[in-house]
Amino acid sequence: MNTMRRWIVAFFVGLADFLVGDDWFLAAGVVVVLGVAAIVGTLIASWWVLIVGVPTVLWISLRRATR
Amino acid sequence: MHSVILVLATFGASLVEMVEALTIVLAVGITKGWKTAFTATAAALAILLVIIVGFGPLISKLPLPVLRLIIGTLLLVFGLQWLRKAILRASGWKAQHDEAQIFDTEVAALGGTRPSTRIDRDGFIVAFKGVLLEGLEVAFIVVTFGATQHQVGLAALGAAAAVVVVLVIGLIVHRPLANVPENSLKMGVGVMLTSFGIFWAGEGVGAQWPGSDGALLAIIALVIVVTAALIARLRRTAPVAA
Repeated sequence: MNTMRRWIVAFFVGLADFLVGDDWFLAAGVVVVLGVAAIVGTLIASWWVLIVGVPTVLWISLRRATR
Repeated sequence: MHSVILVLATFGASLVEMVEALTIVLAVGITKGWKTAFTATAAALAILLVIIVGFGPLISKLPLPVLRLIIGTLLLVFGLQWLRKAILRASGWKAQHDEAQIFDTEVAALGGTRPSTRIDRDGFIVAFKGVLLEGLEVAFIVVTFGATQHQVGLAALGAAAAVVVVLVIGLIVHRPLANVPENSLKMGVGVMLTSFGIFWAGEGVGAQWPGSDGALLAIIALVIVVTAALIARLRRTAPVAA
C-alpha cells in the first residue's frame, strides 16, 4: 500500500513538475492574468489584460532568473 | 493558415526535442550496440503514439469554451517556458545547448562495455528514457495544439515528419546534429505556443478579440516584438557575450 501511495504521489509530483517547469512564477502568473481578465470581462472588454499581463509575467520571470 | 502554423509548430517542437533525443540514442548505439538503441527508440515512440492516439480524441470531445480555457492556459504556460529559456540563451544568460558535449558525456557515462548484438539493459533504459522524456513534451503539444483545432492527426503528422527527418539524418551522419539552430527553433515554437495560448485562453475567459481570428496575427507580431526587446534588454547585462 505504501509503495502504491509513493508511486501515486511521485506521479503527481512529476506531472506538476512537468507542467510548471523551471519557474513556478510563470504558471502562477498566467493563472492570475487569466483570473483578472475574467473579472474585468464582466465589466468591460478584457482582451487588453492578456496583452499587457502576459509580457509582464514573462519579464518578471526573466528578471528573477537574471538577478 | 492555422493549419500551416499548426504543422510548423509541431514540426519545429518535434525537431528540437528529437535532435536532443538522437544525441542520447547515438551514444547508446555506439557504446551498447544498435539493437539496444533501436529497440528502446521504437518502444518509446510506441508509447508516445499511444498517448497521442488515446488522449487526442478524448480531449477533442470537451465543450469548446472549456477546451479553449484549459488548453489555452496549458499552451500559454508551456510556450512561456520555451520562450523564457530561448530568451535566456539568446541573451547570453544561459549556455547554449551543446549536443557534441552532451554526446561525449553520455558516451563516457555509458562506456566500459563493448557494443553487443544483444539488448543491454542499462543502454535500453537510457535510450528509452531519453526518447520518452524528450518526446513527452512533443506529444503534449500535439495533443493540446491539435485538439483545439480538431486536427490532432495533422499535428501528429508534423511531429512525425520531424522524427523521420532527424532519424534519417542521424543514421547518415552518425554523430550528434550540433549544427541545428535549436535555440532559434525553440524560440519560434515558443512564440507560436504563447500566441495561440493568449488567443485561446483569452477566448476561454470570455475576452472578445478585436478583429476576431485576425487578432491572432497581431498577437504573434506582438510576441515577436516583445521577445526581441527582452533579448536586447537582457544582452546589455549578460555575464557572457551571446
